[in-house]
Amino acid sequence: MKVLVAVKRVIDPYAKIRVNADGSGVETSNMKMSMNPFCEIAVEEAIRLKEAGLATEIVVISIGDSTAQETLRNALALGADRAIHVETESMLEPLAVAKVLKQVMSQELPQLVLVGKQSIDTDNNQVAQMLAALTDRPQGTFASKLVIEGESALITREVDGGLETLSLQLPAIISTDLRLNEPRYASLPNIMRAKKKPLHVVPIESLAVDIESRQQVLEVMAPKSRAAGQSVASVDELVDKLRNEAKVL
Amino acid sequence: MDSKTLVIAEHDNNNIAADTLKTLHAASQIGGDIAVLVVGNNVTAIAESLSKVKGVKQVLRVDAEQFKHPTAEDVAPIIVELSEAFTHFLAPATTFGKNLMPRVAALLDVGQLSDVIQIESSDTVIRPIYAGNALARVKSDDSKLVMTIRGSAFDSASTNSQEHASVEALEPQASQQTLARFIDSQQTVSERPDFSSAKVVISGGRGLGSKENFALVERLADKLGGAVGASRAAVDAGFVSNDLQVGQTGKIVAPELYIAIGISGAIQHMAGMKDSKVIVAINSDPDAAIFEVADYGLVGDLFEIMPELIDKVP
Repeated sequence: MKVLVAVKRVIDPYAKIRVNADGSGVETSNMKMSMNPFCEIAVEEAIRLKEAGLATEIVVISIGDSTAQETLRNALALGADRAIHVETESMLEPLAVAKVLKQVMSQELPQLVLVGKQSIDTDNNQVAQMLAALTDRPQGTFASKLVIEGESALITREVDGGLETLSLQLPAIISTDLRLNEPRYASLPNIMRAKKKPLHVVPIESLAVDIESRQQVLEVMAPKSRAAGQSVASVDELVDKLRNEAKVL
Repeated sequence: MDSKTLVIAEHDNNNIAADTLKTLHAASQIGGDIAVLVVGNNVTAIAESLSKVKGVKQVLRVDAEQFKHPTAEDVAPIIVELSEAFTHFLAPATTFGKNLMPRVAALLDVGQLSDVIQIESSDTVIRPIYAGNALARVKSDDSKLVMTIRGSAFDSASTNSQEHASVEALEPQASQQTLARFIDSQQTVSERPDFSSAKVVISGGRGLGSKENFALVERLADKLGGAVGASRAAVDAGFVSNDLQVGQTGKIVAPELYIAIGISGAIQHMAGMKDSKVIVAINSDPDAAIFEVADYGLVGDLFEIMPELIDKVP
């Protein structure tokens, strides 16, 4: 079984972001970048499938400028077999990402596509669902457990009231939730080895996909900041404040 | 062109999800007529009550045994079939809506606006990005707009309108079970209010130390009639189930009162609660980031503070 994993480079989840004063966006230069945490989980799951003898090849793909290759090398160091870098200077919206992935799927013919459930920058949570729609395949979103059984995937999903289990016919598109697994770290020898693994650069134009944006970001604003709070010295004072000042008790 | 909005109702075949009513309220801000689609099994009563929601002009009911636990693969084609008549397609930004709507958008070849917190006009909305650390004002150029609505940012639509909408039963389509089949669900059973209706949320974090100690959070919640939440650390440590996680990737809450106990205040957690009206933080670490957003902060030993607090709140 071939597994395709899509990974995205984002601002590090622990970095404090700054909104540009002119409202044009978020400051990205000089920020620490890393692989989107949900994508790391997707890569880890693919590696575990390979270790279990279920996956034969893991292909990782990332879409973006040349810096996307760092993210791909990182995935190769973790255990992916080869990488595809779809090169573009544009920031693609989820629908365009899904169209690119569909095109790559039609060439690679994976049995399983793993993506993170959302990227922590745009917080869209759309790509897996859109890709499944475009390819007319089943979707297993927010997966916290994945079991491959012959021609189907049994997936446990994290839903609002608890958990839900679905059986999906392969090929299927799965999006990963935080509790699917705990990603490993790349060892130094593996990082060195990853430099020799194949990384294929594909100019986005060669895929003949409509990547025109459908949405204009008119302005990016900082959220309203909260007024400074006060510290209280005792439970009595806290209860008194909540009752008489905040009037919430 | 006049807007016409289709709201996809979330329900469990017995009750309408609270976020559906919030989505209906958001739909009323777009202007134009509103229709609601109910897909399920034995949903006559639900369709009936939706017909009494303020602003709803039409209820479309697709009722069949195979839709008892409908998958996105089942519901998306139904919406696409109806899509000609509508300009806007809205669902709550719950796991239900997040799962379904991007599939619908892609089938319609349009983008989606996720987790909308404000509707400015029929094509422009505000939505949070970067875990709520920035807000984007976004205009869609698509001919049809697909959105999910963040419930905590909207009031609920009133459920006792004098004008009753018509309820229309639609022929069910074939199920897509060859692609995706529901096997079972494990629901967390709780007597406590759910996040979307709770006025008070008490959340616990790693600082509680164990599942047994987490009972302190539950006791305080029960005393205040509130819901129980948790940080990712508390969920990962097995103190509570994952559906109670508050944060960027869990639930987004905005109650009147949010009490964070033993929670340090990671960016990802704050994304889920910083729009609460009053925030209280109780933590032994005076430098914890949670104190930066707290209206009232109490530094000290949780195991001394909590029993006293449970005792002293009304």
